[in-house]
Amino acid sequence: MAVAAPRRAAVETTASWRPLDRFALWLCWGAGLLLCLIAVAIVVFMGYKGLQYLQPDLLWTRPQSSADQSKSGGFLDPLIGTVLLTFIGTAIALPLGVVTAIWLVEFGRPAPLARAVESGIEVIAGTPDIVLAIFGLVLFQQKLFAFLSFTAQGDAVFGRSFLTAGAMMALVALPFIVGGTREALLSVPRHMREASYALGKTKAATIRRVLLPAARPGIATGTVLGMGRIVGDTAIVVILLGATLQLQRVDGPRVVGDLRGTGSTLTSYVYNNSPAGEGNAFEKAYAAAFVLLLVVIGLNLVAGRLGRGKTRWTI
Amino acid sequence: MRAPWSDDRAERTLGAVACLVLLIILGMVAFVFAKAWPSFSHNGLSWFGPPAKGTVDDQLGNIFNSPADPKHYVYELGAWPLIYGTLLTTVGAVAVGLVISVLASIFIVEFAPPRVARVMQPVVRLLAAVPSVVYGLIGILVFVPFVGNHVTTQREKQSVLYVVQLTGSSLIVALLILTVMIVPIMVAIMSDALRATPRGWTEGSAALGVNRWRTVWTISVRAARPALIAATVLATARALGEAIMLSMVSGSQGFAPNPLDGLTFFLEPTRPLAATIVDNAEGLSVKPFGQTIYAFAAVLLVSTFLLSLAGWAAKQPLKRYGMGV
Repeated sequence: MAVAAPRRAAVETTASWRPLDRFALWLCWGAGLLLCLIAVAIVVFMGYKGLQYLQPDLLWTRPQSSADQSKSGGFLDPLIGTVLLTFIGTAIALPLGVVTAIWLVEFGRPAPLARAVESGIEVIAGTPDIVLAIFGLVLFQQKLFAFLSFTAQGDAVFGRSFLTAGAMMALVALPFIVGGTREALLSVPRHMREASYALGKTKAATIRRVLLPAARPGIATGTVLGMGRIVGDTAIVVILLGATLQLQRVDGPRVVGDLRGTGSTLTSYVYNNSPAGEGNAFEKAYAAAFVLLLVVIGLNLVAGRLGRGKTRWTI
Repeated sequence: MRAPWSDDRAERTLGAVACLVLLIILGMVAFVFAKAWPSFSHNGLSWFGPPAKGTVDDQLGNIFNSPADPKHYVYELGAWPLIYGTLLTTVGAVAVGLVISVLASIFIVEFAPPRVARVMQPVVRLLAAVPSVVYGLIGILVFVPFVGNHVTTQREKQSVLYVVQLTGSSLIVALLILTVMIVPIMVAIMSDALRATPRGWTEGSAALGVNRWRTVWTISVRAARPALIAATVLATARALGEAIMLSMVSGSQGFAPNPLDGLTFFLEPTRPLAATIVDNAEGLSVKPFGQTIYAFAAVLLVSTFLLSLAGWAAKQPLKRYGMGV
């Protein structure tokens, strides 16, 4: 018979602690509860304001420029803009990020180059979005990229469009996708790779048939986190998408013309309707911010759920 | 069926795509600096100094209205008030945020009852996920009017009326919201690192009769110093680059708050570099003005580079603890 361990007091007392230590403990509790309080306050406040001002028809009426708030419409165009921009950004960032991560983990030769790429990703992650935005502007105003946006009279390339903004948004999402893929690849145990090689598969085939499927949950988590970042970004939209109230088409085939044109997203709609912008319609801003918050929180929940469903590799 | 890729071909292709990242960074540095160069070269080191005459906003106005003839472009600028605003908001928010986030991470990892700890993770995630424009909206519609109407007294408004008008858009609101924005980033990194402290270390300390707080403070927090640095670097980068929220709540005036004004100092408006770029985005097409704006971006770019470099250098001597991040 095993001897039962002596029972531990259910609640550890801090009576023996020095006053300073006890004070520090209280500070810890204070900091933790403060964070909870702020989160609850934001959710309750935005929920209250959102439900107060959000009418369903705001979601499917197009915005109009009008000083009269009953005539200025809803935010259908910004909603479409958000979806479109997120899609473009993810479509560019996903292949780029996954390929970069695979190369870093599986090949990574020559080592100095791999380290440079790794720090490059970190640099991009640390670059302010506003700098990315105006870098995008000067880059895409080059004649070479005229096909991405609209060209004014006198050959001045406008540089602002869904395509150019999407390209810069891809840089916002890239570090998340690279990070997620990298971690997933690193957590695939050696024996998986070795089993594949033992069956006579090449490295390329192993990556495609074994590693990519294994890393899928990690890739998905990183992608969804990156999408959350794109949805929430404002600076790139304000500067590189033009933040025009309605979607502005450039002449050309239907879809291409839209993508080369300008528009707005929920973030820029909130910004322009806040007292900081010219719209100054706080009811609309609250309603749009509420929808924006719901989208972002939803994406984060999805990311959390995906992250939890990691495959186990124990034999 | 296509022939499968050979390993050589796969390695070369993937490597080429990965190097695209380096190309993008090089392009970014090259383009931004090429565009910004006239502003720096016309002003020399006085670019970083206080404005020679008038305010920095007057100077920006002059640049914006400079004659169309390239020979007569105006570039004169002393950007110190904007740099000072950036430093104030960044250093202030990171300093306050560091204290709060260390305490909160200790709470999450060590002291929170399991049920509370389970709630804390989604809370931190939520705070990190809220877009900056939503923070800005809450700031400009709730905090700015509150500070303007209830915190700022008439006497304070009168005392600085000769230089600036106090409306509530102020340093204190900017600091408050910026702190809330960067704390979750720091907490996420630090709580991971605290959790990764080898159990033997903390158990050894506990076995010596050291209480839990001292154990955390002297063992876990010390072991997690690289994470502390990493978190600070990330948070600083975020604070430096925060443009939208700060342009909404910090007052959009190129004013340098004066610490000699006592507590009124916190009620004075300011405007960091990043917010200046957003506020003046419409003027980018005016050539000398656009070049000045790109100079602000170049300064931000260099600061974030230096920041990562400093973080890397600070982590080097800590490597021997074997708790890399």
